[in-house]
Amino acid sequence: MLGQFERLFDPFMSFSPFLRRGITNRVEFPPYNVWLADDSAVITTELPGVNPEDIDVSVANKTVTLSGFRKAEEIQKGDAYHRRERWTGNFKKSIELPFSIDGKKVTATFNRGILKIDLPRVEEEKPKKITIKSE
Amino acid sequence: MQDNTREILKKEAGTPEGIERTRDEKIFIPAVDIIERPDDIIIISDVPGCDENSVDITLEKNILTINAQVIKDNIVDKRLVLNEYEVGDFQRVFTLSSEVDRDKIQAKVKNGLLKVILPKAAQAKSRKITVTTE
Repeated sequence: MLGQFERLFDPFMSFSPFLRRGITNRVEFPPYNVWLADDSAVITTELPGVNPEDIDVSVANKTVTLSGFRKAEEIQKGDAYHRRERWTGNFKKSIELPFSIDGKKVTATFNRGILKIDLPRVEEEKPKKITIKSE
Repeated sequence: MQDNTREILKKEAGTPEGIERTRDEKIFIPAVDIIERPDDIIIISDVPGCDENSVDITLEKNILTINAQVIKDNIVDKRLVLNEYEVGDFQRVFTLSSEVDRDKIQAKVKNGLLKVILPKAAQAKSRKITVTTE
């Protein structure tokens, strides 16, 4: 019985193919990590060199959408690329969490190129402890 | 059917034989863009999680080594359910040509992005030769 409840909270386990802790994963940019607790979630992503104004985070019920763009370095006439390995351009990624998010309490911080989004769960949905009274 | 997903890969550096690290972090090779401009060469490198104090750039003979240590922001009381990237330090080594003016190399770090500007030595800058008639 407890096993079934566990699965309700972890829909990732069933459909996410990226659960392997591998460095050889090929993912669409930017890659993100998702952390879960019963009452909140945290999403972190690496966006080095992106302007915070160019990042857009929006929340709707259970879905978090992260979009924005990273500009390539300005090239003048006479410049030449010797190596080009960094990704640039538009990005948009959505993720569905196992619970609804309270949009008003979401905070996002951008530090050293890492974006961290704190997503608290909607208050009414938080698991409430039920005390058992014995007769 | 064309696959339009733009794929990226965070490359992990292999540990060189016989060398041990005192830091307990994985080491990655940061992605770089190298642009040659008329007066200088600029190396732009992704080092998320690092700031100007944790990046170390050394130049020995003509070998430029970039070492960046990540400042970890540990997330507690939560379980990791989706892991698309690993966090770690960065290291990359370049061999510079003699046309770089070693004394004027500059480096800046902002928002996890490192820019190393290598000015070209005066004689390496291309000179325009005017053509005149006899």
